[in-house]
Amino acid sequence: MPADKAIEVQNVTIGYGDRVLMQNISFSVGKGEIMCILGGSGCGKSTLLKHIIGLYSPQAGDILIDGRSIVNAGEEGKRSIMREFGVTYQGGALFGSMTVAENVALPLEEYTDYSSSKIAEVVEEKLKLVDLGGFGTYMPSELSGGMKKRAGLARALALDPHLLFFDEPSAGLDPITSADLDRLILRLRDNFGSTIVVVTHELDSIFTIADRVVMLDKATKSIIAAGNPRQLLNDSPNRWVRSFLGRDGLKSSDETDFQVKKVD
Amino acid sequence: MTVKTLLGNCTEPVIFIGRVASAVPLVFTRRGFRVREFLYYLDLCGARSVGIVLMICFLMGGVIGVQAAIQLQKVGSEIFSADLIGFSVLKEFGPLMVAMIATGRAGSAFAAEIGTMQVDEEVSALATMGIRPEAYLVLPKLIAMIIALPVLTVFGDAAGVFGGMLIGVTAMGLPAAAYWGRTVEVLNFTTFALGALKSVVFAVLITMAGCYCGFRASNDALGVGRGATSAVVSSIFLVVVADAVITVLYSFIGY
Ligand SMILES: Nc1ncnc2c1ncn2[C@@H]1O[C@H](COP(=O)(O)OP(=O)(O)O)[C@@H](O)[C@H]1O
Ligand SMILES: [Mg+2]
Repeated sequence: MPADKAIEVQNVTIGYGDRVLMQNISFSVGKGEIMCILGGSGCGKSTLLKHIIGLYSPQAGDILIDGRSIVNAGEEGKRSIMREFGVTYQGGALFGSMTVAENVALPLEEYTDYSSSKIAEVVEEKLKLVDLGGFGTYMPSELSGGMKKRAGLARALALDPHLLFFDEPSAGLDPITSADLDRLILRLRDNFGSTIVVVTHELDSIFTIADRVVMLDKATKSIIAAGNPRQLLNDSPNRWVRSFLGRDGLKSSDETDFQVKKVD
Repeated sequence: MTVKTLLGNCTEPVIFIGRVASAVPLVFTRRGFRVREFLYYLDLCGARSVGIVLMICFLMGGVIGVQAAIQLQKVGSEIFSADLIGFSVLKEFGPLMVAMIATGRAGSAFAAEIGTMQVDEEVSALATMGIRPEAYLVLPKLIAMIIALPVLTVFGDAAGVFGGMLIGVTAMGLPAAAYWGRTVEVLNFTTFALGALKSVVFAVLITMAGCYCGFRASNDALGVGRGATSAVVSSIFLVVVADAVITVLYSFIGY
């Protein structure tokens, strides 16, 4: 078993009930790699992410996390694999009845034997990391959408997980915050060697952070492109892929051989 | 409805019950029992319902008292209204009215709370933290309800008996001392305990139905509303069916 693969998706079919969203797809994410999942809205990106992190079981195929199948791990095994994850959701998914600090502290209280002062210290450190220092006493309802997302990120980072999953982390953020987030993602990988899977639409982000992308296609229920985004932009045989990656979001001039054309 | 969806509809609640039941031992672990949530729900389902329970049970006792007066006056045995009211309040209406109030108050709130958490992906977030949503979200509510409902039933029983007594004394002209004497003569602890035991069963049904409907709520705001509605409807249905079954069972042991 190749030890350099953090995530392996093997011939997986996903969907809800009788409805199939993606058929027989395979890809892998190397350790310390940043992988972006792209695709039109509603094609199943979030669903795929939820399958990888074990919230749903695929209709067919297997998903390996560090070489262990999360599909066949059983309830207890699944929970122990999940503890290694840091996950953020599209809306932040903070617990509304707790303060921001209590939200971030929850995984620490659950899985460490830290004293309460040590927990408070880690919480403040994580909040500073996402630029929310001093907001610990706020309730989630008092935060803006972007702040909620960042608080969710702080919570996901609480236990210093080496596998991170972000679902549209920068959607709805202003460009500056979103660029900060990209820098943070890169820093997490560079400093801690984290493996990071990001669902995103932002072309700026993709070209800044992604080592590789997989692009999902709704119509064919399959992966229509996988690889380095810059190479795909230039060399993909698929016009649609090139035009998706070439949307006006890309400002650099080195890809001028491609005619920018909107597809949606 | 195909056989498959029918089976699906039956297996889902059973799976849910199994998940909650298997989480129960966690209550005895250091992190499993969430004191703060437990107290919050004890307050919500218990303390804050005392007033409405007193009022509704008082009125219910009075209403039974009026009916008892009309019928018992025909045979000139008004004093037995103490028996009629005492038994029907302690064995049936006390626990039942408390259950109805708890359904409207706690059952729908549980469904709405968990449903909203489902939509906001908070339930998924719990799961990916390795925390069992059933343990984390259901157990504090369940324990609070199991404690709150029998206690509320005590209040409800007392208010109901008092309401009936008021009618007995005013409408039927019974001496208060005689009415009270008859009441304490025929009612005993077992009568009360059997009623309170019912309310424990109702507490479990209301909590489970409320939480289940919340977890099942489809992924939109509309789904949350529907979840709360179906929590109330299914709770009332389950409570009444359970009441009928328990009443039959009690009759087997001579009560
Ligand atoms: N829990 C669910 N049950 C049934 N269908 C769902 C559920 N969640 C999402 N879907 C459907 O699956 C499709 C893909 O959703 P999603 O994975 O969220 O797309 P996206 O790529 O935009 O993240 C959508 O059509 C959505 O309506
Ligand atoms: Mg999505």
